[in-house]
Amino acid sequence: MGPPLQITRRRLLGALAALALLGPRLAPAREDGPATRPIPSSGERLPLVGLGSWITFNVGDDRAARDACAEVMANFFRAGGQLIDSSPMYGSAQEVIGYGLAKLGHPARLFSADKVWIADGAAGRRQMETSRQRWGIPRFDLLQVHNLLAWPAHLPTLFAMKAAGQLRYVGITTSHGHRHDEMARIMASQPLDFVQLTYNLVDREVEQRLLPLARERGIAVIVNRPFQRGALLSKLGRQPLPAWAGEIDCTSWAQFALKFVISHPDVTCAISATSRVDHVLENLGTATGALPDQAMRSRMAALAARL
Amino acid sequence: MAEWWLYGPRDLLLFAPRTYYRLFELYNLELWPLQLLALALGTTVLVLWRRGGARAGRAIAAILLLCWLWVAWGFHWQRYASINLAAGYFALAFVAQALLLLWLGVLRGRLAPAPATRLQQRAGLILVLFALLGFPLLGPLLGRSWTQAEVFGMAPDPTALATLGVLLLAGGRPAWGLWPLPVAWCLVSGTTLWAMEAPDFALAPLAALLAVGLAAGGAARRSR
Ligand SMILES: NC(=O)c1ccc[n+]([C@@H]2O[C@H](COP(=O)([O-])OP(=O)(O)OC[C@H]3O[C@@H](n4cnc5c(N)ncnc54)[C@H](OP(=O)(O)O)[C@@H]3O)[C@@H](O)[C@H]2O)c1
Repeated sequence: MGPPLQITRRRLLGALAALALLGPRLAPAREDGPATRPIPSSGERLPLVGLGSWITFNVGDDRAARDACAEVMANFFRAGGQLIDSSPMYGSAQEVIGYGLAKLGHPARLFSADKVWIADGAAGRRQMETSRQRWGIPRFDLLQVHNLLAWPAHLPTLFAMKAAGQLRYVGITTSHGHRHDEMARIMASQPLDFVQLTYNLVDREVEQRLLPLARERGIAVIVNRPFQRGALLSKLGRQPLPAWAGEIDCTSWAQFALKFVISHPDVTCAISATSRVDHVLENLGTATGALPDQAMRSRMAALAARL
Repeated sequence: MAEWWLYGPRDLLLFAPRTYYRLFELYNLELWPLQLLALALGTTVLVLWRRGGARAGRAIAAILLLCWLWVAWGFHWQRYASINLAAGYFALAFVAQALLLLWLGVLRGRLAPAPATRLQQRAGLILVLFALLGFPLLGPLLGRSWTQAEVFGMAPDPTALATLGVLLLAGGRPAWGLWPLPVAWCLVSGTTLWAMEAPDFALAPLAALLAVGLAAGGAARRSR
């Protein structure tokens, strides 16, 4: 390790370089809150880190577990978080989110993101209405077609809901790198506000086509599986965090992985799921410190590729 | 999801292991001491088998039928469905097995204890005993709490395994119609446990396949 002064200078330069790379799009939401990026179609800003709910919030009727999820949500909002993502596919997760929101007195900062996931296009509206009731909110901010399922039927419904003021944003999702060709075609032809896709230190295919396309078309990007549902963290965790991770304010592999994702200038928000208060704070914390610049990002990816 | 085959069982697992085992914990605590009644019923099955005869076979079928119905309602429908979107179908399958037990076991008397190969008898007895006494111990042995024990007649796995044991004990002319659903359940449950990375994931599937093998072997020998 070099002398402290040098590190500070390097860190400062790194931060400046990151700012130059990211340009005016990146800004802190408020004093010491998480940094934000704008949704291109509206200019509304979202914190770089959101909260997923797959598995972690599917706790059924277990009262104690529901309270624990509500505690994660409470800490998420307190630390400046906004976007929570769910789906009718996630078992009881929607109800558990609804339980948490009611318990927390419906925090005004919530940005609600859910999905429509049903093969029968005509049943879409009913499913979305059921989801809305489970969340216990007047309307969703964002509804996405889950895994592109029956998208030709659902997208017109979603655009109509948006036009009628029953919804603010429309999106589509995929994950695990599946069906990127089809996603690109939809992005090129439909007036989408959001796409959601998998991107992390090792699943980087989207850098080639989908992320540039999102920038070109003015579409916000939500990133799912930033930790490969934990598998990536297990792999990374077999070795010690390199000392240079400190230059970008990383104290853990989770922060390392998440910083890589949110430092991509075309990513609007990365959603990680967690059942733990310390983890949700750690994850949101990645959006407050320094972010890696391009050179550092390459170094991070190279390290991950060697594993 | 449009293409399920793009995803492996681990990608499709909807819940954390912690949540799955909590399900049994809350179930057990809420219904205690129903477990004792379930174990008494399981023991009755063994006593009836020792006694032998057509009536005993019908009574055994009636007990198993009750257990399958209860697991369909009390476990799959009322509890498992809160975390697994497929549990409604599991409940239907368990009701179907109860109806099969009614038809083949109670009405047609196909579960009457009958002479079987030595191996088949031993394996059947071991399977029933394991389902009644061994299975609830598995969790604690693997470091889970006692309160999460999976009990015959209440939890699906030991119920399916005990049923397979009884089928082996029913002798050399297997009622094949009663086999597919318990075996299928053992495979489904094993896949779920594998996706949860549970160390005991192979137990129920292996036991089920072994039972099928022994029954098929016994039947083949008889027909020779
Ligand atoms: N097709 C789609 O639309 C689609 C597909 C996949 C995912 N998604 C969305 O994206 C969200 C995120 O993806 P994901 O849930 O698959 O995976 P993920 O966020 O990559 O990983 C979640 C796992 O990481 C662990 N974790 C979280 N923060 C951590 C930290 N700071 N340190 C150590 N471990 C940590 C969690 O365990 P702990 O509970 O122990 O923290 C959890 O097991 C989902 O919840 C869902 O909302 C959408």
